[in-house]
Amino acid sequence: MSSGGTYGMNRRPYAGQLFIVEGIDGSGKSTQLTLLAQWLRSEGYPVVFSEWNSSPIVRATTSRGKKRNLLTPLTFSLIHATDFSDRVEREIVPSLKAGAIVLADRYVYTAFARDVVRGVNPRWVRSLYRFAPVPTRAFYFRVPLEVALRRILAGRPKLKWYEAGMDIGLHSDILESYRLFQSRILTEYETQVQEFGLDVMDATRPVEVQQRELRAAIRPHLPERAEGALAR
Amino acid sequence: MNTMAAESIGIPSVDPTELSGWLIVVEGPDGVGRTTHIDLLRAYLERQGYAVAETGFTRSDLASRGIRRAKQGNTLGSNAFNLFYATDFADRLERQIVPALRSGFVMLTDRYIYSLIARAIVRGADPDWIRNVYGFSLKPDAVFYLRLDVRELARRVIDSSRGFDYWESGMDLPMGEDLYESFMNYQTRVIEELDRLSRDFGFHTIDATRDVEDISGELCAGVARVLEAGRASGNGRVSTP
Repeated sequence: MSSGGTYGMNRRPYAGQLFIVEGIDGSGKSTQLTLLAQWLRSEGYPVVFSEWNSSPIVRATTSRGKKRNLLTPLTFSLIHATDFSDRVEREIVPSLKAGAIVLADRYVYTAFARDVVRGVNPRWVRSLYRFAPVPTRAFYFRVPLEVALRRILAGRPKLKWYEAGMDIGLHSDILESYRLFQSRILTEYETQVQEFGLDVMDATRPVEVQQRELRAAIRPHLPERAEGALAR
Repeated sequence: MNTMAAESIGIPSVDPTELSGWLIVVEGPDGVGRTTHIDLLRAYLERQGYAVAETGFTRSDLASRGIRRAKQGNTLGSNAFNLFYATDFADRLERQIVPALRSGFVMLTDRYIYSLIARAIVRGADPDWIRNVYGFSLKPDAVFYLRLDVRELARRVIDSSRGFDYWESGMDLPMGEDLYESFMNYQTRVIEELDRLSRDFGFHTIDATRDVEDISGELCAGVARVLEAGRASGNGRVSTP
């Protein structure tokens, strides 16, 4: 019997706001988030940037696991949850309490997509992340697989083992494996749009058009006077 | 306690019916003498002709270094520590325990998910959540719980002259003004949680206040009974922490 607790429980109201971007590699989400951060800073808001897989202590273990091919779907899932949990406790929640605008490049939805493609139980991984604060808004940059692949493969020739999903044996050719892996991740993202109410952004449009839409979407959630954001 | 059983999900791409060995867990608080008793048990089983393997906390290839490093600085969030231990456990489960069980070994495990669940709950984790995290674990053939009360435990620490350990005293929390006070409060809570898990999961409790020979005799006889009952069928491996 399931105990019912799952991701989505932690809706505690914080003084700050949390905005996150999701999408497959090559969707342009990181570019959009960087532009958003610059704009928010220029408007005087305190901005904290949080990146997937960046906890200083946990990262050493993750890279050891990746370098030596030690990671299985289960330990891949757990080590990323460890990293995320450390960032939630030590970076994201304290910043939200202080009234900052926290911007996260990838969030729990990345884990839900990747881990499930690797064969991890979808209910289990959603329960694993139940401590995660639910973002104010979560933007999903939707892009057709071929467009994303063109963007990635044009500029970066060397794909990594886990990034290409070689660990689950989809194909012996790394490029083919990467294509198959990304297409399955795309499917998992699409199931999450409904499940979690992600805001879908059409990521085939020009960068500046997307950026205008993104700014318009978050503006209503911002405190009126930027100067007061930290002091209150 | 109204904690509901967690959902069992199994280990991705492992067929539990292939695991013909025995998974024997020795649980108990820090300083109760688990290492001594596992050594004696191993020698006893090998005399009987069983192939024996062992594992214990933070002995994983993947995460043991990282955990050691994180403990030195006490710089990892408390919940992240819970998940780091779960990562270490999962790595040992997949790369040590499962292969040994597949080869028909008796796998002696120095503590299992129960101690990890207990330490997480004492540090404020939601009991439902942490039990769910371990939903991938295998159900042991038997759990032997070496039980001592906290006063006896403290006496052994003093007798051993190794002193009170920072983490075994819960000083990361901390739970008292000094090491002794925090040790007493922390271990009292850990023992409470182990007692609760013992009731929920049907541990064989062994009174660890007695002589080493008496305790070892009871433990060896208990394990012998489990092994004589035969090899586990696959369905018996489904766990509900």
